[in-house]
Amino acid sequence: MTDDELEHGVAGGGGQAPDPLATPYRERERSVTIDRVAHGGAAPSEELEPESELFTINLGPHHPATHGVLRLLCTLEGEQVREVKPIIGYVHTGIEKSMETQQYWKAITFVERMDYLAYFANAMSFCSSVETLLEEEVPRRAQYLRVIHLELNRIASHLFWLGTSALDIGAITMMWWALRERDHVLDLFEMSSGQRMHTRYFQVGGVMDDIPPGWERKCHEFLDLLPGRIDQYEALLDRNEIWLQRMKNVGVVSRERLLEYGVTGPLLRAAGDPWDLRKADPYSCYDEFDFKIPVGTIGDCYDRYRVRMAEMRESAKIVRQALEGLPEGPFITTNRKVALPPRHELATSMEALIHHFKLVTEGFRVPAGEVYKAIESPRGELGCYILADGSAKPARVHVRDPSFVNLQALAEMSEGGLLADMIANIAMLDPILGGIDR
Amino acid sequence: MPDAAGLELIAQRVRAAAGADAVVGTHYAHRQAMLEIAPARVREVLVHLRDHDEEPFEFLASLHGVDYLPEEPRLGVHYQLLSRARVERLGVKTRVTVEDPVVPSVVDLFPTADHQEREVYDMFGVLFDGHPDPRRILMPEDYEGHPQRRDFPIGGEPVLFTFNEHKLPRWYD
Repeated sequence: MTDDELEHGVAGGGGQAPDPLATPYRERERSVTIDRVAHGGAAPSEELEPESELFTINLGPHHPATHGVLRLLCTLEGEQVREVKPIIGYVHTGIEKSMETQQYWKAITFVERMDYLAYFANAMSFCSSVETLLEEEVPRRAQYLRVIHLELNRIASHLFWLGTSALDIGAITMMWWALRERDHVLDLFEMSSGQRMHTRYFQVGGVMDDIPPGWERKCHEFLDLLPGRIDQYEALLDRNEIWLQRMKNVGVVSRERLLEYGVTGPLLRAAGDPWDLRKADPYSCYDEFDFKIPVGTIGDCYDRYRVRMAEMRESAKIVRQALEGLPEGPFITTNRKVALPPRHELATSMEALIHHFKLVTEGFRVPAGEVYKAIESPRGELGCYILADGSAKPARVHVRDPSFVNLQALAEMSEGGLLADMIANIAMLDPILGGIDR
Repeated sequence: MPDAAGLELIAQRVRAAAGADAVVGTHYAHRQAMLEIAPARVREVLVHLRDHDEEPFEFLASLHGVDYLPEEPRLGVHYQLLSRARVERLGVKTRVTVEDPVVPSVVDLFPTADHQEREVYDMFGVLFDGHPDPRRILMPEDYEGHPQRRDFPIGGEPVLFTFNEHKLPRWYD
């Protein structure tokens, strides 16, 4: 360690862990790129063949195939990818920090905007963490309504993934077809909550409102439509030679390696591991439904595609069962210390008015404690850690976003393959940058 | 989930394997078990829990940082362990002071910790000893300060647009 570094090192670091900020920014950035490859002996030093020459390019951050503002620093040898470094943080908006200044019921709005395609899943992980801290029971009807919306959200998210991924591979028609069906789901969300995205439908203790009359019929219409439409997608893609060649045996990572990287969700299931928190550790009322966990065999891009397609069919089955078995009863907890009183009571009941006023101005207080709850989002394990200090605002919220963790496997999937295959890998990884950067 | 008694048994086994000073405390609340360990013994404890315990937790589900202000020691690093075979979760936390925020890195034990340790460093300034690539991950590389600490003010920095960026070069100096 040089004197200069010692001067800038953090006090008490003991010299074992130098503060990386001590080196200038530009130098650090350079160190990420070619040095390692140049010294790693991957290429002979002097007389380089034209195709064995290494060069580094930036893919992104503004590139349509990276599904957001993801920057990939790729070292290429000809068309082969030798090294990939994902660089993230371009849409970091400090959501976790902002939530510390918001009351619990207002923070739901923030948490939904992390993974912007799976907003119901985000809200579910946050609300169930708060409910655990409050030890609040959720009524059965609310649980069923939550499951219905979570699964519709999974379908919508997978449809969007299918459209954009197929677009990356060059199947433009899929974009219009998948978004057409996704619009049906968004119509349903609009009908039940008033919003098409970021609905804030889930509340602590239940859901915002009951589903309106006619919603069930409209939902059944969609569920009747969906399997036929998935058949159409598969008819378009499954026998398409270009699609198959771009998908099969691309980006294979073994199950053990995925587990070391902490990968969960469809990526892990595509590698043949039937790990799904809905089955393994049923939250809400998932243990009351009959559904299967689709798994793949070798874990290539084709398996990932097949797993997600099959998951949409299973989700549709869950929604249908939940609609048929939808119990009667309240849609939100009757504990007035947590949930707002019904609107009509405000005109007649002083007590309801006081509760309403206190909840809206001050929010409810959550007893001190810390809790970590995980659910299965469309992309994997979505965990929410909350540290409560006894006030009406959380002291720390951390969301373990599946995209953030899964992204670490991208290098292993892509290195050694073609640049074009890396695009397929990103597409099948399905990263949502809003969730990665938070 | 290990219950309160199960947590004590785990703590006992960890003490036997990693030293009597390894376990600082046990917390059981909301049916969730949390083991508090000494920062210097993080690696021994996690190796024991992953490989040698009779009820192993082989999967690191999440790693995150916390700032416990005003309590001391302020900073915390949490390891959420998961046993996929028994579907049990165990939280392991360790706490360090702001003055000496050094925790051994576990990237070689759990490759998934790579990005997550970088995030904790970025947000809380916890230094992970032995991390292969200890850079910021979410904030800009030339950013100063660790924004998730509780004493870091929110809204204390101007918003830079193209019209005012030349007026505010390095506004944080």
